Amino acid sequence: MRKILSSDTIRLLIPALSLTILLIAVFYLQPRAMSYIGLNLLFNLAVPIALATIAQMLIMTVNDLDLSMGTFVSFVACVAATFLQATPALGLIILAAAVATYAALGVLIHVRNLPSIVVTLGMSFVWGGLAVLILPAPGGQAPEWIRALMISKPPFVPMAIIASITIAVVAHFLIMRSSFGVILRGVGGNARSVERAGWSILGARAATYALAAVFAILAGISLVGLTTSADANIALRYTLLSIAGVILGGGEFTGGRVSPIGAVIGALTLTLAGSFLSFLRISPDWQIGAQGAILIIVLGLRLLLNRLERREKRA
Amino acid sequence: MTDEPQRHAVIEVADARVSFGAVKALDGVTMTIMPGECVGLVGHNGAGKSTIVNVINGGLTPHAGTVRCSGTLAPRYGIGTARANGVRCVFQELSLCPNLTVIENTRVMHRTLTGWGWRRRAAAIIGAKLDEIFPGHGIDVASPVSDLSIAERQMVEIATAFSHVAQPVRLVILDEPTSSLDASLATQLLAYVRTFVASGGSVIFISHILGEILSTSDRIVVMKDGRVVAERPAAAFDEHSLVAAMGSVVKGRDVVKAIKPTDGLQPLLTVSPRHGKGLSFQAFSGEIIGLAGLGGHGQTDMLVDLYLSHTGNWMNGSAPRVTFVAGDRALNGVFPLWSILKNLSIAHLSGLSRRGGMLDDEGEAALGRSWKGRIEIRTPDVENPILSLSGGNQQKVLFARALATPAPAVLMDDPMRGVDIGTKQEVYAILRGEAEKGRTFVWYSTEMDEVCLCDRVYVFNNGAIVAELRGDNVTEKNILAASFMGAAA
Repeated sequence: MRKILSSDTIRLLIPALSLTILLIAVFYLQPRAMSYIGLNLLFNLAVPIALATIAQMLIMTVNDLDLSMGTFVSFVACVAATFLQATPALGLIILAAAVATYAALGVLIHVRNLPSIVVTLGMSFVWGGLAVLILPAPGGQAPEWIRALMISKPPFVPMAIIASITIAVVAHFLIMRSSFGVILRGVGGNARSVERAGWSILGARAATYALAAVFAILAGISLVGLTTSADANIALRYTLLSIAGVILGGGEFTGGRVSPIGAVIGALTLTLAGSFLSFLRISPDWQIGAQGAILIIVLGLRLLLNRLERREKRA
Repeated sequence: MTDEPQRHAVIEVADARVSFGAVKALDGVTMTIMPGECVGLVGHNGAGKSTIVNVINGGLTPHAGTVRCSGTLAPRYGIGTARANGVRCVFQELSLCPNLTVIENTRVMHRTLTGWGWRRRAAAIIGAKLDEIFPGHGIDVASPVSDLSIAERQMVEIATAFSHVAQPVRLVILDEPTSSLDASLATQLLAYVRTFVASGGSVIFISHILGEILSTSDRIVVMKDGRVVAERPAAAFDEHSLVAAMGSVVKGRDVVKAIKPTDGLQPLLTVSPRHGKGLSFQAFSGEIIGLAGLGGHGQTDMLVDLYLSHTGNWMNGSAPRVTFVAGDRALNGVFPLWSILKNLSIAHLSGLSRRGGMLDDEGEAALGRSWKGRIEIRTPDVENPILSLSGGNQQKVLFARALATPAPAVLMDDPMRGVDIGTKQEVYAILRGEAEKGRTFVWYSTEMDEVCLCDRVYVFNNGAIVAELRGDNVTEKNILAASFMGAAA
């Protein structure tokens, strides 16, 4: 007997299903959300979260974890609202240096065999400090082009949906389909055998970290495009949101099992959960707790499904 | 290919020496692999088979000696050079990435598979090779490796190694390739090895099933203690002469062991035959029982099962019947941040606590003092961190930890790995002394000398006990015979 669905498809099923259920619930509570503008408003803020989630997913592909994601995105937002707007060349140089720093972190973590959690936790203070130095008080201004892009109104489908789909497709090709992505996931799955095949694990790690930085930078820039100004603490929540998004989307902390499409869906689900609770008129005091409850329910479902799958394999 | 006849050896290793600390893994090995031959490589645990394989595949640089590829000296011989010269390896432990599909694993092994359409090309290559080696395999190359059975993974790994992408495959090293294949798949593989060799390729074939080695190889190399001890055409060997060649020539020890009568006694520990195969296991009080056989044939599993079935339950009180000495110190032995004393007393905390659950500091210190003297832990103060000790002394602390408990049985999972010979002798004496006081030791060891110290030995093969040797029958020859031929018997 051959299985009809591959295990990867089943993995993707839960996040897709939870997003659909949440969406139906939101439409039921507030039918007016079922419009061009309504959808755009619902998913607007999901775009930077989705980008940050992809960045986190890349780091998790090689069995690491980035605890500086939130402060790094905040730092990028500050750079985007100041240097990138006033002196684009200098802004680009700063962002390129940030990518190089991430690659160097990957090298450091690999060479010294350090826990990525410790290194990135330390870096989170560095990024946070730099952000405060750039923008001691909330302010700055988004560059015109990103502002124009983020508020543009393409026909039929709102910008937020187009952007999410683009992110998912690009990340899927990069990580799941390209021959380069195979090596990255191979490092997460069995680094020793990748090394025995003659690949440089060091290079793969550095490339992963650099690529993650690129996605995180896109997250920061798109966030500024939405908010028009920046603040040193603008994206602190992103660290945990991005990790939750990856896990929600069917990824795992170790073993190189990730799904870019799932990660984007996870980010959308997390954003929607906030709106859903507002529509339910749950007081903001309880919202964070309720958001946690939604997370636990979805992850519980995942666990149940994993267990069923394992039992099936044993049988 | 060029017109000039290729009579250069594929790989020539000359006088390779590798040592890990005090252990000489390779002690001057010279090996030449010609094109179009299958070389069988046999030897017991620690004979140096894996080390020479790692030297040939470039994973390990010998500390002395040279490696030549096709007659030219490779100055910096590494994984890259080996692969560029067409050397491929199928490792004993499965080494595919479980999260990737079969196609993607092929891509990891072959760096030239890139650009548009690489999936299609990889699928064609691996699919064709699987069909060629294992006709009717039924493996879907698009499915992730974690969905495949162990045998299927092994088949994929073998097919990947033989598949030719950019460089031609010239030498394939097969390390126990049939261990997870059933008989018909193994026959298919061996038939393919012969066709591969007939077409000019070379194979190094490692197996513990001597019948396979004898039927498939052209030439057989026997290793022992990091040296090549015999090298002859396969036709010049039979199973008995191979086993004899693996054993030591000189038999130095002639200590007559008293066979303790065990009939009618109540065994302390028993294990029924595993998976319904082989003999059952019994341990009586005051015995030192050895578990022998090649590494990874079920010895550790049985020790862990024994331990868990007698403890492993938090309802159990303060008097466990067994205690465990771990083999891999760094992984599951020492608490690296604790002092020597804390590492020693951890197993016996219930005996050291006063009423109310508080630790008796003086009792603990006394315990530390007494064991420091009894097993001679070389440290000025047992309050020093455990990592200040040498490996051998750390291992002594782990022994003391087990012996300090009142448990009547001690399970040991190859605890002497990487311990120097002096410490070993001290520990042997301690074990003997404790056994005379009535303790039971179940000792898995990969070293023949240690197994030969035991009163009784169970030999494992493929997860089952295939032989029980007692007293004077505990000899290297008998153990080798049982661990290599038990499956056939």
